[in-house]
Amino acid sequence: MTGTLTMLTALPAVGAIVAGFSGKRARWVAMAVSLIALVATLWVWFSVGASGQMAFVERAIWVPDLGIEYHLGVDGLGALMLVLSALVTLISVSASRSVKQQPGLYFGLVLLLESGLFGTFTALNFFHWFIYWELSLIPAFFLIRLWGGPRRGPAATQFFVYTMVGSVAMLLAFLAIFVATGGMDFIALAHFAATGELHRLIEAHLGHVELLLACGVLLGFAVKVPLMPFHTWLPDAYSEAPTAITILLTGAMSKMGVYGLLRIALPIFGKELFAMRSELLALAVLTVVAGAWAAVVQKDLKRIFAYSSINHLGYCLLALFAVLLPAAGDPARMLSVSAALDGAILQIFNHGLTAATIFWFLCMLEERSGGTLSLDTFGGLRKRVPILCGLMGIALFSSLGLPGLNGFVGEFLIFRGVFPLSWQSATVSVLGLLITAAVILTVIQRVFSGPLSTHWSAMPDLTLTERIAVAPALILMLLLGLVPQIILGVINPTVLHLIDGWRF
Amino acid sequence: MTSPMIPVSSSDAASMAWIVRNLWLIPILPMVASGLIALLPQPRRKPAATLAIGALLISFLLAVTAFAHVLMNWSSGGPTREMVSFDWLTFGSATLQMGWVLDPLAAIMLVMVTFVGSLIFIYSTGYMSHDENFTRFFCFLALFAGGMLGVLIANSLLLLFMCWEIVGLTSYLLIGFWYHKPSAAAAAKKAFLTTRVGDIFFLLGMVWLFAQTGTLLFYNHGAGAIEPTALATLLGHHAAWGLSAAGAIGLLIFAGAAGKSGQLPLHVWLPDAMEGPTPVSALIHAATMVAAGVYLVARVYPLMSAGAGPGTTTASLTVVAWVGAATALFGALVAVAQFDIKRILAYSTVSQLGYMMVGLATGGVAVGIFHLITHAFFKALLFLGAGSVIHGCHEEQDIRRMGGLRAQMPITFAAYTVGMLALSGFPIFFSGFWSKDAIVGAAHHWPVSQGPFWMLLLGALLTAFYMMRQVGYVFLGSWRGHGHAHESPAVMTIPLLVLAFFAIALGVLGTPAWPWFTAFLDGHSLVFDLAGFREPGLVPMMLLASTLVFVALGVGWRLYVAQANRADTDPDVLQRVSPRVFGWLESRLYFDELYQATILRAYALLAAFAAWLDRQFWGGIVASISSGFRALGRCNRSMDSQWIDGGFDKGCEELTTAGGVLAWLQAGRAPSYLRTLTIGLLILLAVILMAASITGQVKL
Repeated sequence: MTGTLTMLTALPAVGAIVAGFSGKRARWVAMAVSLIALVATLWVWFSVGASGQMAFVERAIWVPDLGIEYHLGVDGLGALMLVLSALVTLISVSASRSVKQQPGLYFGLVLLLESGLFGTFTALNFFHWFIYWELSLIPAFFLIRLWGGPRRGPAATQFFVYTMVGSVAMLLAFLAIFVATGGMDFIALAHFAATGELHRLIEAHLGHVELLLACGVLLGFAVKVPLMPFHTWLPDAYSEAPTAITILLTGAMSKMGVYGLLRIALPIFGKELFAMRSELLALAVLTVVAGAWAAVVQKDLKRIFAYSSINHLGYCLLALFAVLLPAAGDPARMLSVSAALDGAILQIFNHGLTAATIFWFLCMLEERSGGTLSLDTFGGLRKRVPILCGLMGIALFSSLGLPGLNGFVGEFLIFRGVFPLSWQSATVSVLGLLITAAVILTVIQRVFSGPLSTHWSAMPDLTLTERIAVAPALILMLLLGLVPQIILGVINPTVLHLIDGWRF
Repeated sequence: MTSPMIPVSSSDAASMAWIVRNLWLIPILPMVASGLIALLPQPRRKPAATLAIGALLISFLLAVTAFAHVLMNWSSGGPTREMVSFDWLTFGSATLQMGWVLDPLAAIMLVMVTFVGSLIFIYSTGYMSHDENFTRFFCFLALFAGGMLGVLIANSLLLLFMCWEIVGLTSYLLIGFWYHKPSAAAAAKKAFLTTRVGDIFFLLGMVWLFAQTGTLLFYNHGAGAIEPTALATLLGHHAAWGLSAAGAIGLLIFAGAAGKSGQLPLHVWLPDAMEGPTPVSALIHAATMVAAGVYLVARVYPLMSAGAGPGTTTASLTVVAWVGAATALFGALVAVAQFDIKRILAYSTVSQLGYMMVGLATGGVAVGIFHLITHAFFKALLFLGAGSVIHGCHEEQDIRRMGGLRAQMPITFAAYTVGMLALSGFPIFFSGFWSKDAIVGAAHHWPVSQGPFWMLLLGALLTAFYMMRQVGYVFLGSWRGHGHAHESPAVMTIPLLVLAFFAIALGVLGTPAWPWFTAFLDGHSLVFDLAGFREPGLVPMMLLASTLVFVALGVGWRLYVAQANRADTDPDVLQRVSPRVFGWLESRLYFDELYQATILRAYALLAAFAAWLDRQFWGGIVASISSGFRALGRCNRSMDSQWIDGGFDKGCEELTTAGGVLAWLQAGRAPSYLRTLTIGLLILLAVILMAASITGQVKL
């Protein structure tokens, strides 16, 4: 059906306007819209099928003189990102129960953000892709700035400026590409890159600037994911944002960076990134290990899981940088590359689901604790709120990478892929698994176990509604842990199709 | 030393026996029971216990059926290894298969775990009867049983690893079962993390094996990862330090096994694990889970022993032997100077697991696994006996405050004595004698070194001694505790008696005259032949081992029974002889303190460093860059306010009157960012237009 993706992207935007004018009922509007969006994205996911090709393609000449074409399409990767965005938005809306100030504006911005995410994951031309990329940033900024914690001002500014710097670098790089080639279509550029034509054109028009351009594009994505050392905005932004918005930041927005690397940076600048492979791998390993280690000393639950998110996305970066090797004609290497990429994409989804659920539980805890999420104030909660602790425990163990839950499969495939490609970085990165486990078990020990503080002796356990609400997320974790083929069956053909066109 | 050559069945699923096709039911039933119990409301005690015990009993019947199936195939000379595989996931052009296997090793272990497990489940209904979280206890126990049985039937290293981790999780949950005790919560965390240290090596070994051989199935009709074709590839591939890939992978996997089985230097978690309820200590931290590491080494034995010829061994097995021997001696030494009834048994378990490792490394699968099985019975017996004692003494665990319990607790005493004699290796009548003697004998014939042999002999001497000491303190002498001790109810004592029977009877399976165990596991035929005793050196070895046991029991009797302490404040006899040495042993040779001072310190320092790097270093760089930009921004501002603000503010005013929303935003600094963005988009358009004019509208 033509126009599906446009309509899908427009749906939350329209919903945002409706929500903006519905005052106190805005949450129900947002809930309904994000639910419909989830159903629609699921439909897209199931229709994409296992061909690995782009589906739902929409093309229309937009600004012919500038080579700007309205080009949309999703493959398995895009469709998975759509489902994840819709799911995470729904979780965020469900978790935003205690928004009292300006609910209309709040939920309007949330839906606008969802629209930006949908646009980013479906656009195939840089021009409107970039608009969506920036469009998602603005609502996020205001949501942090207006509804955040006590230090929200500096946090929001830092978040905005930092991301903006990355975006500007990327924008400049693409303008240069446009100058050289006259086009900004991702698919066409990737094809150009594979044949060497891109390289030739850039050399002819601009001289030896490929590496610079690659760095510009990389910077835009490295900030978003983030790759250390471009991450310093993240802990503040995640901890100062309202917890329900942190769900969106970590569950969906951080994935834009990984998606961009896969869809844009690697296919177009693979050769240049290959030249920087060792340095990039070193940074990815740093992200994995230092991210986990920095979480150890944090005292606030949101900051702990902010650093833990850096660590988890570090595995994706590890996989993406490890595959920067010429693999064509070497079946063993090809297999490792596809394992690493399958794992990375699975990890994107799993981390999105798990992190969103963990922050959701933090929301519920926050509501019950009167706003504090400081590690030291809790203890022994299992006695008083066993169901909250038990269910949150499932999400925590998924984050820890316990086999049988979703987190493990992605990490296993990433290590399966990365080990033969770069055993050194794989060997150091496993430390991250150990430290993450230590961090999460410490959280359980300090929050759930020990004697119950009298302070919390009246804390209410999860209501039936809350239990029913979180149950699907937890069931999905178990399902994906046991039957990962549900996702891999669609992702794997996409990955094969992707790497088929890559030339490093 | 040669790997057993077991005939393999055809892959035709239809011709396969029902039990082979449905072997998965054995682990799934307890898991399902666990899930159902989790959904039960807390006070439902009876349904919870019924579900857990019922599921495990059905699993036991299935395990017996499976065992009988293998036994019949074996006696008829048919194939004794059958497997079923299924696709789990696809990546690239490859399919990752998992599956289960039924062979003598799996069959024996299945019967042992389901049987001992059922007894301990039943015992737990008595032991935990007053606990408010009774339902949750059975939920975790059943999940444990499912995971453990999954480890046993896995025909894939990955499936084994997954179940292995589930077992680790339940161990964590059950050690920390009394979560309100900070010590229990800390011990649970320590157990999980210490075993995970081994597991990350295990994971690396697994991905390496997978990358090299392209499969993680153990057996797959010649295409499995530990079958000759794959092993030849692995042997031909050289890793570092003169190791082949097979050797390196074997060592990595052994690191995982060492973590789970409490081998040096990863043993520190096991004694602390005694914070869990005693049935948990018996089932998980004595009989089954801690033996999973031994089982893993046995399962991948073809890999560990790949490349070994007659009279030689491999690098990985050499490491296994030395680590095992060191652990066996260390555990026995430390057990001599403990006062907590469960900690003595815990160090004894550490020590005995070391024996099993040496048995595997020097004598092969059958030698190690025979001791695993006999140990499972007598150590479960000892732990349940200890539980009965603790229960009877009102939760007292210090052996100095017990004494003379033989009178109050006759059944427990009788059963405990059987377990103690079996563990000590009392000659002829007890299973421990035969299984331990086989290990000591194998170590004696080990071509590399006699070191492990002497260490094991010394360990055997100490074992008999510390068990005599414990029994002397607990059951003999006079009562030094408070209150009045009582015998436990029948639901607790009957499992003890059943276990005691097997602690004696299992010995017949592994005598030199009728080595049923070896024959069954290695797939040989079996005959009863007293000539087995005439093997050179065998009888002198048995005499030597027996003499050591008698001497140790005698010395123990003299020190702890003949001159038993009168009061709970009296120092230990050995403490009086050499307070210094006793202090070292009582402090477990300062392993925990050493780790605290080195590894944990480094961990904390690195964490602080990572946080510093984050805040001060990267943050500082960002701060200085941004202050530079701020200076630039100030120059820019005058220009901004001149012409851009004018138009923007006007637009805002219009919106303000319309919605009344942005008026509120105006209060913050928000508009300046909107302004930045507007400028950005304007620049974008301008540059695109310029660029288009430069390039002369080249189109893609």
